Amino acid sequence: MATNEILIKELADQYGRKRTSLLPVLQGVADKNNFLTEEDLTTIGRELHLSGAQVFGTATFYSFLNVVPRGKYVIRVCKTISCDMKNKDDVVREIENMLKIKTGETTEDKKFTLLYTNCMGWCDKGPSMLINEMPYSDLTPDKVHGIIKQYSDTAD
Amino acid sequence: MNDGIKINRIDSIFKDYVDNKFDYLKKIMTMSNEEIIKNLTESGLKGRGGAGFPTGSKWKFAAEQSSDEKFVVCNADEGEPGTFKDKEILLKVPHKVLTGMTACSKVTGAKKGYIYLRWEYKFMKNDLQKSVDEFNEELEKMKIDFKIYIVLGAGAYVCGEESALFDSMEGMRGEPRNKPPFPTESGFMGKPTVINNVETFATSTMILSFGGVNYAKLGTDVSHGSKLFSISGDTAIPGIYELELGMTLHDFVEKFGDGDTKAVSVGGVSGALVPRKKFKDTIIGWEGVPTGGAMILFNSTRSIYRILHNYLEFFEEESCGQCTPCRIGCQQLKKGIEAVKKGEEDPSYLDTLASLSKVMNVSAKCGLGQSVMNPVLSAVNNFREELIY
Repeated sequence: MATNEILIKELADQYGRKRTSLLPVLQGVADKNNFLTEEDLTTIGRELHLSGAQVFGTATFYSFLNVVPRGKYVIRVCKTISCDMKNKDDVVREIENMLKIKTGETTEDKKFTLLYTNCMGWCDKGPSMLINEMPYSDLTPDKVHGIIKQYSDTAD
Repeated sequence: MNDGIKINRIDSIFKDYVDNKFDYLKKIMTMSNEEIIKNLTESGLKGRGGAGFPTGSKWKFAAEQSSDEKFVVCNADEGEPGTFKDKEILLKVPHKVLTGMTACSKVTGAKKGYIYLRWEYKFMKNDLQKSVDEFNEELEKMKIDFKIYIVLGAGAYVCGEESALFDSMEGMRGEPRNKPPFPTESGFMGKPTVINNVETFATSTMILSFGGVNYAKLGTDVSHGSKLFSISGDTAIPGIYELELGMTLHDFVEKFGDGDTKAVSVGGVSGALVPRKKFKDTIIGWEGVPTGGAMILFNSTRSIYRILHNYLEFFEEESCGQCTPCRIGCQQLKKGIEAVKKGEEDPSYLDTLASLSKVMNVSAKCGLGQSVMNPVLSAVNNFREELIY
């Protein structure tokens, strides 16, 4: 993980070695690798002069900082009320069938992880989902099929 | 009661910039601090995030603090289910928000402003950063000693609570603090801080441009002005609407409902779930049901059990876990309604659950745990049979 050590040092240089830099540094690493390993968290603690517990405690608090392995594309389908009412279940089923995984799982090729998320602010255009940071709304099984296919077809 | 206000659409927040996007800023910067406070106070503007603290007073309190450093923070952690208006403001008229923040910095003496943007809105961060950069450049040209930065959240509903938001900005778990002290005394980094919602800053800009007295002409004696409503659920016309405050829920449903509305969540999942029989007596405003603007409509095909279960699951997941009433209370409420539905508990157990939610209302540390009571009581009192059978 020598590469992440360099990245973490760079991020610490950029944001400063202080507590307020912890979230931006965690996000910087998560941006690159989609999740944080235990080694990342320890290295970040060392660089920012924080204990492992402080870093781990903060990282695990937030739902968009993953501390377990995730795929290259993290699909998060909104399960809160307005999207739920617009048949988000059909959308989830379509994705599960296409990727042959259940919600919460990652595909074998480590390309996709499928998760639920809470309200993401597209209630008037539900159902909605995020693929990494990109929002998609007004989903139907057909539409989501096309979107996932596009991601599947892109080379790694 | 209601002054006969019907549904009245207002065009202020999304109104085009007059000539260019810095006109408001230039005008406001010629005003004295007293004039700014006076206009905001006369306007009757209360925080548009939902908590409803008078904006003029908040700015004044922070201005009166003596400190080597003060901050202005814009709460763009819009996470209340059913709310999506702040996203639209930041996409369409970001300069109005930045101008409002600058007006606040002028009054309070803050040199730094932060926009705490929720992770879910990361897709717009680059565009927003461009607007901020452009705005900061203009401030420099105008020799105004104030600079705005964007801070990205990481996914936590509770960080919309102001003190949890500060903790998050400081690199910690977003756990609400005890109050007092209030942010105007001790906020970000323990310094006097004004924290307002995106819509509040944008509205402040508009009030300062056309005058507080004019703004107060809209609405009722208690609920002045207009506000943005995020409308979703069983409606043919979902979206964002700026409406004059003080209308009844009945008139609202006449306009936005699908003809079969049985309940409306006023204020998202943490607001009351108002049943049809109360539509006529319910005023949308501080004298009735206050709201951050989330209006979710439900028609008669919807199961109140499923709705309440969805809400409780949301609260259970988003509770920060710091205080026991909220951490355990949310879990027990969800388990409790499941048990009643399955017949494992007697229907009278719903009254025990209602009491539990009242205990949470008085003992939870922050607004999250306190407001779980709202939908629970509405459902138990008005839709009891749906929770049982």
